Amino acid sequence: MTRYTSATPDDRQEMLDAIGVGSVDALFEQIPEPLRLGRPLALPDGLSEAEVYERLSALAERNADAEEQVCFVGAGMYDHYVPAIVDAITSRSEFLTPYTPYQPEISQGGLQVMFEFQTAMSELTGLPVSNAGLYEGPSSVASAGYLAMAATKRKRFVISRGVHPHSRETLRTYSVGYGAEVVEVGLEGGLTDAAALAEAVDGETAAVLLQSPNFLGAVEDVEALGAAAKEHGSLLIVACDPMTLGILKPPGECGADIALGEGQPLGNRLDFGGPSFGFFCATEAQIRRMPGRIAGETEDVDGRRGFVLALQTREQHIRREKATNNICTAQALNALGAMVHLAWLGRQGFRGLGELLIQRTAYARERLAAIDGVELLHEAPVAREFAVRLAAPVGKVLDRVAERGIAAGYPLGREYPEFDDGLLVAITERRTRAQIDELVEALGAAVAAERGAFLSDSERKSAVAEGAARWR
Amino acid sequence: MALTETPMQAEKAKTIFEKSKAGRRAAALPEVEVPEKPLAELIPESLLRAEAPRLPEIAEPEIVRHYNRLSRRNFDLDTGFYPLGSCTMKHNPRLNERVAALPGHARLHPAQDPRRAQGALELMWLLQESLSEICGLPHVSLQPSAGSHGELAGLLLTRAYHADRGEERTKVLAPDTSHGTNPASVTMAGYEVVKVATNERGGVEMDDLRAKLAENEGEVACLMLTNPNTLGVFDENIAEIASLIHEAGGTLYYDGANLNAVMGHSRPGDMGFDIVHVNLHKSFSQPHGGGGPGAGPIAVSDRIEPYLPKPQVVRREGSNGHGPSFDLDFERPKSIGRLRGFQGNFGVFVRSYAYILSLGGDGLSEASETAVLNANYLKARLAEGRAGERLPIAFDRHCMHEFVLSGKPMKRDLGLATLDLAKRLLDFGFHPPTVYFPLLVDEALMVEPTETEAKESLDAFAAAVEKILAEAETDPDLAKNAPYTTPVRRLDEVRATRQPVVRLQLD
Repeated sequence: MTRYTSATPDDRQEMLDAIGVGSVDALFEQIPEPLRLGRPLALPDGLSEAEVYERLSALAERNADAEEQVCFVGAGMYDHYVPAIVDAITSRSEFLTPYTPYQPEISQGGLQVMFEFQTAMSELTGLPVSNAGLYEGPSSVASAGYLAMAATKRKRFVISRGVHPHSRETLRTYSVGYGAEVVEVGLEGGLTDAAALAEAVDGETAAVLLQSPNFLGAVEDVEALGAAAKEHGSLLIVACDPMTLGILKPPGECGADIALGEGQPLGNRLDFGGPSFGFFCATEAQIRRMPGRIAGETEDVDGRRGFVLALQTREQHIRREKATNNICTAQALNALGAMVHLAWLGRQGFRGLGELLIQRTAYARERLAAIDGVELLHEAPVAREFAVRLAAPVGKVLDRVAERGIAAGYPLGREYPEFDDGLLVAITERRTRAQIDELVEALGAAVAAERGAFLSDSERKSAVAEGAARWR
Repeated sequence: MALTETPMQAEKAKTIFEKSKAGRRAAALPEVEVPEKPLAELIPESLLRAEAPRLPEIAEPEIVRHYNRLSRRNFDLDTGFYPLGSCTMKHNPRLNERVAALPGHARLHPAQDPRRAQGALELMWLLQESLSEICGLPHVSLQPSAGSHGELAGLLLTRAYHADRGEERTKVLAPDTSHGTNPASVTMAGYEVVKVATNERGGVEMDDLRAKLAENEGEVACLMLTNPNTLGVFDENIAEIASLIHEAGGTLYYDGANLNAVMGHSRPGDMGFDIVHVNLHKSFSQPHGGGGPGAGPIAVSDRIEPYLPKPQVVRREGSNGHGPSFDLDFERPKSIGRLRGFQGNFGVFVRSYAYILSLGGDGLSEASETAVLNANYLKARLAEGRAGERLPIAFDRHCMHEFVLSGKPMKRDLGLATLDLAKRLLDFGFHPPTVYFPLLVDEALMVEPTETEAKESLDAFAAAVEKILAEAETDPDLAKNAPYTTPVRRLDEVRATRQPVVRLQLD
């Protein structure tokens, strides 16, 4: 058994003597007898380090990870290359093992990282204020809703169906608590239905929530859609993919009051969904309503430059029930990973990576769309992910492609029943041309095989003819 | 004290943006490889960005040096004693980092088909089962991202539970000693907080509880409690509290921040709690990361189970000679829904499960035992000498895993505020305890040593406190102007709030 404690029997005796009790049991006597467990926990005995490693390693073996399968799955989290220096820096004890920097004099490293991160995210989103990070993407959307309610004294959200389904669900979950209504606006040709949106927004609307690129990969015209929010004095909240912000017009230049999103693509591993971080940027007007930690620049008594937690009067540990949010422990280490990744990419590299994604995505989209039995789900512009429809059951096609060591994409059916033939395909810099070509080949073969599997020869011929009419 | 600037103090803080020079770079990107098209052909020009964001331009060696140097401007648990109350700063085993980094964990996509993520789902299920046993409650959801997220989840579960019974309740009770996240979560969940007083033993004032229940009859949705509470004492009346709340129709919520005191000794479920959150970054050794990541799984009783967030990890019995399989269950019609994306902070689950496997049931129980022993020993040491006189224990009884001192006599007799003592401790190489919390205690210092500290560290800390109090008798300014040896000295926090500068201005 591995203990991680130092107390020897002698230590224990000395300590008990100092306390003035005969045994540790005496200290537990404050727990009323009927509430004491009185038996060992029904858990296995402890293991040695080597045994734990083997156990966990055996579990890990039973997952098809992106090392084993070529991963074209995105849907909010992406298989980007995380540079080695991210691991080296985030695993340093000095960053890994402290807690929230309540004592700024001995936390300048962490606080300066927060300040740098805030600067970087502010640059990316084009908004002047950033916090030091929230839990992750979807709950950041819900926190933005909470902010909008406080800012507008209204309780109604209008959200596009193009926003990540997990974000929409999370906003709904939170809204039941804080008593807000959520109105959803549908998609048209892969993009938010502008007319329906304009109609849905009214003088009671606290916020309009969009995502660009949206869940189907389509780049929205945020500025045009946001006009409805401006007209009614609602906040415009825009979720975005940070990896596209080297190329796409930043939300801050499109009229967004809040820009936020899932930070995983920046310096964070897939980790089966977490931990990652959410970023959250806003206009100056919202600075005192922001959720989460914010580092600020200041000076020490000798005039040295330094950093502290700023605007703590927003936070739960000071304001309690009047706090702007309940968040305490967030994702500081994950934000550090993002900052190191961004510094590593640098100004040119960040833009270059965005361009690379767009070019490879365009290539993959064109090649996939040319497959018999595959068509584009929408023709809107895309940046790093796109949606197709398959003329064969998506699940079965995915299984066939998986046999060739490829995870072809994210099936849309569960969250978009209207697209139960839909598949979302994501590109990262790790997906080479050769891999894309292999996907095209494998997906084509799988679709053909699945169509063949349930069709007779004559049926297949007519289906192909019908498909030719339908797909081209 | 002679003020000689240390080398680190002499080094002016410079952000990585200020070290940037156009044309430098670290990353070499792969070739585009595919036929390129003009950008404007792919995306309308009106949706494109005119200029690249002004990220730093800097070569890899300088990035590494920048962040390594910055890291030295942090104090951390691996370097020294960190008795931050209510935060359970216990050792972070590096084995856990190693297993979390295995590609099968680290590079597993969260949307992977459950059939191809059986190891991950089994691990989550095993962690659920372990937490269920530790908490004494039959059902667990791992989804919440941290303690405060677990609290919000618990309150939304409470709301759903009452709504399902056709009731709408509006108030949540919380003691005046509660963590700040409790009342903040109450407001976010759309409830109103009603404060309950503390008795002379540090527990819930039963008369006040009865009075608050009577005043708000039919309105009380929940009581949120930490046990042992933030004063570090176990509330002996917990069984009666539970029955009062249940008679009033409310749920009982357990803030698990202090679970490290009772693992294997007493279980929240057996105490009568309906909903419990567990801070995996406290009791279960996930590194605190400078402020996260953490995870805040919740354990609940049968009557709360139908409302748990979705998806839930479930185990399905095998048939035809196949072993059991694991799946994500989305078919939960009464669920409160999602609290976040995907399945939760899986990387944290891996580390905490590795920790549970390492210690085993008896190891966890021994960890709590040693945590309580260490806390009581340090309390005894600080009851001696000057500390005993100037920093009396707020509630004089055996503590559990932490205890609260009051700096009131120190302030009165020496003119030293708790903050001054905290800042002077920095010069002695210690992280100070939590200060000015709980609010109930004047000039509070909340000390939690954890089980992973050796007796020598506790002795050294007690000696440092004694020394600071001794030097203050002759030279109180020494502490009032502290610290002296840290990378920066006392910082102007007021200015950072009045005139916030929250990013670097770039030209």
